[in-house]
Amino acid sequence: MSGREDFAVNLASRHARGDRWRLMFMLSTLLAIVFLGALILTIVDDAFGYVVMVDEVDQRSLVPDGERLESLDAEALRAVIDERLSPRRYRAIERERPFDERTAADLYDIVLYEIVKPRVAETYTLFESLFARRSIVEETTLAHPDGELVFRSWVNMRFLSTSQTARPLTTGVLTAVKGSILTISITILFSFPVGIAAAIWLEEYAGDNRLNRFIQVNIYNLAGVPSIIYGMLGLAIFVRGLERFTSGSAFGASTSGEVANGRTILSAGLTLAILILPVIIINAQEAIRAIPGSLRQSSLAVGATKWQTIWHQVLPASFDRILTGAVLAVSRAIGETAPLVVVGASTFLTQDPTGVFSKFTTLPIQIYQWTSRPQAEFRHIAAAAIVVLLALMLSLNAFAIFTRNRLRRQKRFG
Amino acid sequence: MKPVQTARYPEEARGALSFGKRFRPHEAVIQALLFFCAAVSILTTLGIIVVLGAESSALFKEVSLWEFVSGTSWQPTIGEFGILPLVNATLMTSLAAMLVALPLGLGVAIYLAEYASERVRETLKPILEVLAGVPTVVHGYFALTVVTPALRGLFGQESIEVYNTLSAGLVMGILILPLISSMCEDALSAVPRSLREAAYAMGATKLETSVTIIVPAAFSGIAAAFILGLSRAVGETMIVALAAGAGPNLTLNPLKAAETMTGHIVRISGGDISYDSMDYRSLFAIALVLFLATLALNMVSRSIVKKYREVYE
Repeated sequence: MSGREDFAVNLASRHARGDRWRLMFMLSTLLAIVFLGALILTIVDDAFGYVVMVDEVDQRSLVPDGERLESLDAEALRAVIDERLSPRRYRAIERERPFDERTAADLYDIVLYEIVKPRVAETYTLFESLFARRSIVEETTLAHPDGELVFRSWVNMRFLSTSQTARPLTTGVLTAVKGSILTISITILFSFPVGIAAAIWLEEYAGDNRLNRFIQVNIYNLAGVPSIIYGMLGLAIFVRGLERFTSGSAFGASTSGEVANGRTILSAGLTLAILILPVIIINAQEAIRAIPGSLRQSSLAVGATKWQTIWHQVLPASFDRILTGAVLAVSRAIGETAPLVVVGASTFLTQDPTGVFSKFTTLPIQIYQWTSRPQAEFRHIAAAAIVVLLALMLSLNAFAIFTRNRLRRQKRFG
Repeated sequence: MKPVQTARYPEEARGALSFGKRFRPHEAVIQALLFFCAAVSILTTLGIIVVLGAESSALFKEVSLWEFVSGTSWQPTIGEFGILPLVNATLMTSLAAMLVALPLGLGVAIYLAEYASERVRETLKPILEVLAGVPTVVHGYFALTVVTPALRGLFGQESIEVYNTLSAGLVMGILILPLISSMCEDALSAVPRSLREAAYAMGATKLETSVTIIVPAAFSGIAAAFILGLSRAVGETMIVALAAGAGPNLTLNPLKAAETMTGHIVRISGGDISYDSMDYRSLFAIALVLFLATLALNMVSRSIVKKYREVYE
């Protein structure tokens, strides 16, 4: 028997096996994409959809026949409030801001949420709303005869522009968005200069000695430390150890009567800064390393000092890459939740943060809070907040790409 | 004809012109500043060690170390500090995560590195990278609202609890999948073409080349990716905090609720906690265990890359 025939005997089965496994590898890739796609789809699915609204007080009983509540003017709304609002709530709202000073839209909100009190009786996801509309309508007419079926986008202007409240229908993300932006500003302010400076030291100055090698290894190790450990560090150092500074009492700042005891935006921002510092350093190092040595040598050759070379040649030439790496690190920091819970994010905060010494909550914290509530409405609210968070991260990345491209065009050296 | 410039360097006038190194104070100050910034990372490490060490040693004055490592019940209210239930839950979720991420991640990596066309690879890689940037709290949301109900539909409502380690572990697998697949893909792509071509020339099929030549050649990179993924899974917090349940529970049943180390830290520190209490200190002791475990894993991962990397010309 010749070897060639032996070879041919096996060949078909070997190829068949090859094809089978090829299919397996393709399937696993497909599965990975499906899983990750499902993640995004779920969010969209939950952020929009039909809801069944049931009013505690029938709107038609409040207005004269043939008119609608939305079309009433301020005076008519005032009349409804005077008639129907309980004296206790009336006084409470009057104390917030006198009724005479309020606009019609304001009064309408009060009538709606204090007297009519709409309630979400049932919620549906986007896919249910799109593909099972008929059965939803049937179900609603049976279960909630006086309910109204409306399509609701849980991400809406009201949601984006109001502070947090306890009710799912009126709550908003403004408090959390402001908190996130303030916190991240502190993080950027601290981590960018320190991180880039550290990278310059390691790439341009550090000699190959034991101390510098240790610093380098140490940075790699820090990049792998779980984020919650940084939370513990922040709790012990910033919240407790430096309480006088982080609570603002050392600077005579009063936190509008509330005691924030170190659990402030400043502490949170610094904790996140320490957290992303290793990543920023590593990215910036790679950017600086990519600059050809000839650029430095020609600068030194015409008489520039080392720092002049770095400041006028190396940094401008590598800044686009440094920036991209740093922004990637920051967009990771925006999504961080665990360290901020440990540092002491407020669980329920109705007052928007006013400065770095305010108590804080951030978008991921709110998502965590809302997700852990059992009611279905909060689940949709959480999905809406996730949409806002992802949009924030995307716009940050888009900004980075845009700036990088602009810098590239101005750049003199590759 | 007069020279354009007649001025001389002051040093030249003094007859002391030197091209040697001059002392420039502001350069030295800048250098010192840069070094200080680099040293911040050392301060951070020191801070972590000192803070975790000091608080946990305060705990170990009251609870013996042996009790801490071997106790089977974690109930700070009655003074029981046995870390086993928390470690057990962490291991269970991490194991489930690796069971998802390991085969799937390697499959994706082999497909992208060996089979996919240039265009498919260029499209899929950025997608995977973007998805790796999704915050983990979103994964937690996904676990609680999608995976858990799906599992309960599959196994029956009675046999599986609302909070369970299986759901958390599976979603954690999805979380670390992009990390593992992208690191493995890098390792596989780094294997030179000549090895593949040699294998084809010997008559090996594509599968045989991939499995018997390329994967072993890239083994150090793949092993490092797995260990790094494991370290990420051990330290992952929000998924387990949302989906794995509250309350330490020593069980090997993945369908039951059990709190992991990270989940416990988040739940306790999220509530009102008084400083200098045993509760507070015990959190730092847990964090110390977590820190040492992930540090060891990361170091092993990096030393594997260093030691066993095949160097090709």
